[in-house]
Amino acid sequence: MNIFLILGMGVGVGVLSGIFGVGGGFLLTPLLFFIGVPSPVAVGTQAGQIVATSVSGVMAHWRRGNVDFKMGTVLLIGGIVGSTFGVWLFALLRTLGQIDLVIKLSYVIFLGVIGALMLIESIKAMMRTKSGKAGTGRKLHEHNWLHGLPFKMRFRRSQLYISAFLPLAIGFLVGVLSAIMGVGGGFVMVPAMIYLLGMPTSVVVGTSLFQIIFVAANATFLQSYLNQTVDIVLALLLLIGSVIGAQFGTRLGAKLRGEHLRGLLAAMVLAVGIKIMLDLIIPPSDIYSLSFSSGVGH
Amino acid sequence: MASGTDGSMISISRLSPLVLTTAIFLGIIAPRNAQAEPLIADLSDHLVAITTGFTGTELLLFGSIEEDGDVIVVVHGPPTDVTVRRKERIAGIWMNRDSMTFEETPSFYHVAMTQGATEGLPLPVLHRHQIGAQNIRMIAPQGEDPVEIENFRSSLIRNQQAHGLYSAVPGTIQKRGQRLFRTSVYFPANVPIGTYVIETLLARNGEIQSGQTTPLFVSKVGAGAQIFRIANTFPALHGILAIIVAMAAGFAANWVFRKLG
Repeated sequence: MNIFLILGMGVGVGVLSGIFGVGGGFLLTPLLFFIGVPSPVAVGTQAGQIVATSVSGVMAHWRRGNVDFKMGTVLLIGGIVGSTFGVWLFALLRTLGQIDLVIKLSYVIFLGVIGALMLIESIKAMMRTKSGKAGTGRKLHEHNWLHGLPFKMRFRRSQLYISAFLPLAIGFLVGVLSAIMGVGGGFVMVPAMIYLLGMPTSVVVGTSLFQIIFVAANATFLQSYLNQTVDIVLALLLLIGSVIGAQFGTRLGAKLRGEHLRGLLAAMVLAVGIKIMLDLIIPPSDIYSLSFSSGVGH
Repeated sequence: MASGTDGSMISISRLSPLVLTTAIFLGIIAPRNAQAEPLIADLSDHLVAITTGFTGTELLLFGSIEEDGDVIVVVHGPPTDVTVRRKERIAGIWMNRDSMTFEETPSFYHVAMTQGATEGLPLPVLHRHQIGAQNIRMIAPQGEDPVEIENFRSSLIRNQQAHGLYSAVPGTIQKRGQRLFRTSVYFPANVPIGTYVIETLLARNGEIQSGQTTPLFVSKVGAGAQIFRIANTFPALHGILAIIVAMAAGFAANWVFRKLG
């Protein structure tokens, strides 16, 4: 495999993550599929890369006091259980020969849904700016049936008093996703924290990153231990590229308008989702494929 | 089948191929050994070292025969189990459905021969010596429909050929005069690691008259190989290492950001 292609991909995704403020895992993993990295290896390796980017991200947020450690810990407990379950599910699906399909289908679904939602939101925002109306302010958090659940806990920094089941369940779901899709899960976690938990936006990113470190570290360890699908060298190359790329991206992002940015990102997310979907729908050139018992290097 | 010359062949191989070929040409080695052996063959190298930048390599196989005849060379990679899966369209999506596992399939297969070497050989002989991709031996699953087994078996061979691991058409062995022969075997970048067996056969009058087996080792060397070995032998240690490396990289990235920002 070409080292410069991998470095270049890291830079490309780094630029995007700098511009849009996303981890980039959900774009990098599909890119690894496209250049022919087997999807289990892409997913396992990506988990390692997420550990690195989250550590660097959380440091920056911690200095500004934007990490709710208590909330992070509760999310984390759910996340560890979730990612352990996810890796186990991953190993099971692999022996059934369906892991490739499940990984790709999850991508199609999540990229499709999130891309569509973002596109709709940014089009609405663009129309609002055109008609000259200011964006309507959202309430700090809305109360719904989810806040009626038992086992309540107080989260001071997030200014919340809610049932611990809620963050546990969200943590579990994101943990499963992170193991199966090789993503940090920030793109699911962040909206869930804002809309379902009602956390203030300022602490959301730091807290989400804090728990992602441990969930991704757990996924990295288990993927390596159970499935041997972590390639440290590949992860490091991607990381070097993305750190450099993020520098350029942050500067570029400052020059672009917010809703245009989100529109662009939404279009890109949808495009990647559609590409993966086409791969599943278009008849393959050979309907037979081989998988080798481990022990023979390929 | 295997003659007892393997040991001496390896020691001779330490000489450079050029020296050795010249030696055979000049008749220094050939007459003495050829008296006892109807067939002698050796490789230019008995080790294929796969480094991080490995892009494939070519080995020279050469030797001499005592009497005129056809030479066939068969290269077998280490045996492995392969699961062949067949996709089917279900609800518009192509997904894996049926599968079959073949045991003891060669992970690499190459055949080369002098022109027309197989013409006089009967099918059972071709089959016994696994001459030609269609004669590769593997253990098929029990109790399956023979037609289906053949479908999966031929797909396995076709896929391996597409990956460059099984030769699609036999390579050619060139002869110099009556006695000397040489051929090159190409090992692609994705060559499986392990111990290979190279069989050199002498065919005459519709049968295999003699043969010799030569070992070949394909192994990974360098830092990449160390990591690969650790990952497979100590998966837990590798997992912890991966996390430490990733965390360190994260701290390093943060430090760089702060210096630059």
